[in-house]
Amino acid sequence: MSIGALISLAFTALIIENVILTQFLGICPFLGVSKKRSSALGMGMAVVAVIVISSIITYVLYHGVLAPLEIEYMRTIVFILVIAALVQMVELVVKKISPALYKALGIYLPLITTNCAVLGVAIININKEFNFIQMLVYSTFVSLGFLLVIYLFSMLREKIDSAPVPKAFKGTPIALIVAAILAMIFSRFGGLI
Amino acid sequence: MNQKDNFIKGFFKENPLFVTVLGTCPALAITKSLENAIGMGIAVFFVLVLSNLIISLLTINPKMKEFIKPVRIPVYIVVIATLVTIVEMVMHAYLPALFVSLGVFIPLIVVNCIILGRAEAFASDNKPVDSIIDGMGMALGYTMALMLISLVREILGSASITIWGDLALDITPVFTFIGIQPISMFLQPVGAFLTFGFILATLAAITNKKSAKLATEVKQS
Repeated sequence: MSIGALISLAFTALIIENVILTQFLGICPFLGVSKKRSSALGMGMAVVAVIVISSIITYVLYHGVLAPLEIEYMRTIVFILVIAALVQMVELVVKKISPALYKALGIYLPLITTNCAVLGVAIININKEFNFIQMLVYSTFVSLGFLLVIYLFSMLREKIDSAPVPKAFKGTPIALIVAAILAMIFSRFGGLI
Repeated sequence: MNQKDNFIKGFFKENPLFVTVLGTCPALAITKSLENAIGMGIAVFFVLVLSNLIISLLTINPKMKEFIKPVRIPVYIVVIATLVTIVEMVMHAYLPALFVSLGVFIPLIVVNCIILGRAEAFASDNKPVDSIIDGMGMALGYTMALMLISLVREILGSASITIWGDLALDITPVFTFIGIQPISMFLQPVGAFLTFGFILATLAAITNKKSAKLATEVKQS
């Protein structure tokens, strides 16, 4: 695996196949927790941490335990349990080590268990038959893509709050239309590679 | 609440997709054709009805309910994940084409907020029969919402309506008669966001009009 191929994989994961705008994973937090810049940043960083750690654990579990025992069909159950346990553990560790960080991220952590991006990335890593390095690069940049888009989107939403939006479009509808315009911009980056 | 209201509420008053805005990820991702929406609806129907039944049976005894209270979320997730694995295996065996086109969104039914939401908000406090009916209403309401989005996207995007497999309706003649081309943008992510946004706005406009009418009636009387 050359460095060039890894860079192209990273760019694809970050922008071209952006996890929110083209794969539609993690739409619930994208719409729900993007009203303020600070909360979007907190949610995004919590997602980055959980996706990277859970991808490593689920990858090792799949290739170390499930595949040798030929019980691959158990992967959905095993992965979601790993993610739920991991989220609880991250919450405890962050609470113990850094109360300040816990205050910033604490309320977003329990929500991450039902964020489809986490389970989605774990399953995509297996489906695309990545090796360990590729998996590491892919899951890091996919989650950074989540952080990038949710942060950009929260800035746009803060502006929209003060704009004269028609009554019927207030709230979620206008947010979805702004997301459509963002998706249009991101889909054009495909020509770069 | 009688059983009819319990069943009907999933369609309009508490529609999971349009009113509570849950389960949006599959609603945007797999609504490229009507066939996908129907397939997803069947999968969600099976999982939601059975998970509601199992969870309401688990919590029917007050002692048992108290016992699993601290670990209820992991318990619910294991029940749901087991059902989803069954759906995944059955679909892989009997509907391989649909399995490929729904892709990663079949295992992701596990983290569909509707199912966990109904388990927590309804099935854990209600009788098994009520929970089954609630699950059916919610799943059919969700399917209806998915079908509406995919109808708009498929007609505008590819000028056809695929009901199931080869059973498809080609409406290109209508398009040529009016003198327009299908807009492929509607099959891309942009179209998904736009369609969903405009449907939600239309529904909001209807609700606003209704509540304004109600308010003037109250004022007059």
